[in-house]
Amino acid sequence: MKSLLFVGKRAAVVVPSVLGIAVLNFTLLHMAPGDAADIIAAQSGGATTEFVEELRRSFGLDRPLWQQFFIYLGKLLTFDLGVSHVQQRPVLSLIAERAPATVLLMLTAILVATLLGMLFGTIAAMRHRKWLDSIISVLALLAYATPQFWLGLMLIVFFSVTLGILPSGGMMTIGQDISWPLRVLDIASHLVLPAVTLGLFYVALYTRLMRASMLEVYTYDFVTTARAKGVSETRVGFVHAAANALLPVVTMAGVQIGHMLGGSILVETVFGWPGLGRLLFDALQQRDLNLLLGILFISSILVVVANLVVDLLYGVLDPRMAK
Amino acid sequence: MSALAEFWRRFSLNAAAVVGLVFLLLIVAAAIFGPALYPVDPYDMIGRPSQPPSARFPLGTDVSGRDILAGLIGGARVSLLIGLVASLGATVLGVAVGALAGYRGGWIDAVLMRLTDFFLTIPSFVLAVVIIAIFGPSIVTVTAAIAVVSWPPVARLARAEFMSQRDREYVQACRALGMSGLEIATRQIMPNALPPVIVVSSLLVATAILTESGLSFLGLADPDLISWGYMIGVGRTVLRTAWWMPAIPGLAILITVLCINLVGEGLNDALNPRLRQR
Repeated sequence: MKSLLFVGKRAAVVVPSVLGIAVLNFTLLHMAPGDAADIIAAQSGGATTEFVEELRRSFGLDRPLWQQFFIYLGKLLTFDLGVSHVQQRPVLSLIAERAPATVLLMLTAILVATLLGMLFGTIAAMRHRKWLDSIISVLALLAYATPQFWLGLMLIVFFSVTLGILPSGGMMTIGQDISWPLRVLDIASHLVLPAVTLGLFYVALYTRLMRASMLEVYTYDFVTTARAKGVSETRVGFVHAAANALLPVVTMAGVQIGHMLGGSILVETVFGWPGLGRLLFDALQQRDLNLLLGILFISSILVVVANLVVDLLYGVLDPRMAK
Repeated sequence: MSALAEFWRRFSLNAAAVVGLVFLLLIVAAAIFGPALYPVDPYDMIGRPSQPPSARFPLGTDVSGRDILAGLIGGARVSLLIGLVASLGATVLGVAVGALAGYRGGWIDAVLMRLTDFFLTIPSFVLAVVIIAIFGPSIVTVTAAIAVVSWPPVARLARAEFMSQRDREYVQACRALGMSGLEIATRQIMPNALPPVIVVSSLLVATAILTESGLSFLGLADPDLISWGYMIGVGRTVLRTAWWMPAIPGLAILITVLCINLVGEGLNDALNPRLRQR
């Protein structure tokens, strides 16, 4: 019962966020020069003023702003994101088509980054101020300063052009009718470079975070107790300290899902990965405002939901939080 | 003067930060004096396109036959300027919001922090892309968009600092003297709250440069200016045959961002000695 209340309380936080995103989207929509009627009129190649006025009436654009907002909000709540006037298709179905690829890419990157970051951070802290710590810290500093999309380009040069061992773009080999285990392998081989490109920055970040967190935990009494009991230093590091040091990393991973989505746009553009980022890039090229705002809305919702999941996960990792 | 000497003593204890500072000063000098020392127009098509580095073109030419070294120098101006101004804007906005929230507390605090958390939630890069797409890419819109998506962490930090200061005895003394809230916040608390904020906003410059490069790479840059991200975007088209073309401006970004991060850590050591990380 108590945990159910915890879940409910956390879920309620989503409501104002969604409302805020709606306000933001509506504001941006009205700051843009020209409205939907202008765009359609321009596309039909010249239209009379009467026709544009008629269009405006049919879209409800002649009503007071607050009425328009509630109409807009009503549409958003039923997940009606309008129509992409360029592609002549509902925005939601365009996004739904692309979202799985982005989710696959981001989940892979964040999982690998969290695990590697925790591992490297733990090792660096256990070898505090030894050469291994220095090497890990320097590498983390470098990875932390590397522009992701540029790293992607350089990885393509090395692994695809020079060595020729990994595909340089796309999500699967086209025009091949293969059984599903081979298909999975095919997608996995296409996933390696984009996931590494997207994940490396976060490996660096989580390594630094984990290292700092570990060094903090090392000063606690229970670590001294474990050492005094004669527990091996490896076990103290990996079991006793690491388990208590990973919370900040998990928190950070949750907070950064929005940040990662931004990186995903660039990485998808580099690798031609058919996800939301690629869709955003196309929308940008075609000046497809409805689609752009739709992606902003859905990606914000995605982040809010992801944060909620991490919040709940936090409750599992640290039962004190659920109280 | 002795405070400054003390500051420098603490900063110079961090060797990496000093190295970062030296390189950063070199980069800034290149941005300021570069065009005078290497007077080649970065926009001029002066040679055969896509040449590798040679004596005449130290870093080669790009796909339109423009000198890459000249582009790198011109790009340094644009990237550094956008990074600095965007970070400054984000700092001013963030401190204003954070100071108001932290000093006043109550419902003002609740509303402002909700707003801050909200801006932390939305994917900042996507928001920047949409803002620039709506207002059109120019150096002003790009800088403003980066500032608009970068202020929330500053606001949270400033709020925490102001909250921890507002009930101290010196602040109560100021109130007893009849100072206005604005005066106390800006002239009394601000100097004490600023050191951690300076560290964060110096690191913001690095993030802003990275964001700007990503935006230009997507084509969201001032069409009249060359920036490092734009150069990577141009070089990308010949990635398979001339890998150095996108590699060079990318290295410039990497080194600059690395130096700023190192200097930021040094500032942290010098300004917040008690917070110094182990």
